[in-house]
Amino acid sequence: MENEKYLNDISEIKNMMNQSSRFISLSGLSGVLAGIYSLVGAWFAYKTIYFDTTTIGNYKNLIISESAVIKLFIIAASVLILSIITGIVLSVRKASKTEDKVWNVSSKRLVINFGIPLATGGFFILFLIEKEILSLVAPLTLIFYGLACVNASKYTLGDVRYLGLTMIFLGLLSTWFLGYGLLFWALGFGVCHILYGSVMYFKYDRN
Amino acid sequence: MKTIIQNINKAFDHRIRLGIMSILMVNESADFNMLKELLGVTDGNLASHTKALEAENYIQIEKQFIGKKPNTKYSASKDGKKAFSAHIDALEKLISKT
Repeated sequence: MENEKYLNDISEIKNMMNQSSRFISLSGLSGVLAGIYSLVGAWFAYKTIYFDTTTIGNYKNLIISESAVIKLFIIAASVLILSIITGIVLSVRKASKTEDKVWNVSSKRLVINFGIPLATGGFFILFLIEKEILSLVAPLTLIFYGLACVNASKYTLGDVRYLGLTMIFLGLLSTWFLGYGLLFWALGFGVCHILYGSVMYFKYDRN
Repeated sequence: MKTIIQNINKAFDHRIRLGIMSILMVNESADFNMLKELLGVTDGNLASHTKALEAENYIQIEKQFIGKKPNTKYSASKDGKKAFSAHIDALEKLISKT
């Protein structure tokens, strides 16, 4: 009888430590959906780059017209915005199921710590685009996103750490295979998101 | 066995006080509303428990104003952290005994 009380105490301590320091309403499903959007986006990007009649060149030396760049930018922005909206909507749903608040100290902390490496990378990459160093864009987006995930993993479900490490690895690998950026991009943002998202979904959300 | 039970700290022998200390162990500080939300308790209830912990010198209370709103920040003291760690150790030992 006494023992049960001590066990309850321990689980209450664990529970409170986790709840107060980590944002646990993140849904694995949002990862899966973000992955699907990325794959669809990558498909459109592929068609824009390699089947656009105004495009000349090959895998190694791409020459893209301005209209294609704008198209690519719109594709990338739509994937990003859709993913963020899905993430927010699914988190709100998951939080309301467990009667937690979505916008609290732990989610703020998560957003800030995820945002710092991501914004750094974002500006860095924008400067590179301005200087027309396009070959490094794909590897660097993967690397900075990976670093952001590793940093954010301390403030949410720990599995995000492994997603981040995989992204960093893919980013470094794609630096070696310059010119195949879109392929690595689809692999990282598409396949990895779906993979890790479903692992997290089956681990935390299904019940 | 007797010595372990001595380490079970009476100050933490309540779900809410246990919760407050758990939160303050992993956060630099927490304000009144954050504690209230996480623990799901009423204002008065929470205030009486924080007072009890403050009386033991286990937590520090810092009152300030954010704009015109009063804001109370709580953090675990050195003694509080030490006592709570000892309490967790004692709980774990008691459980593993059986």
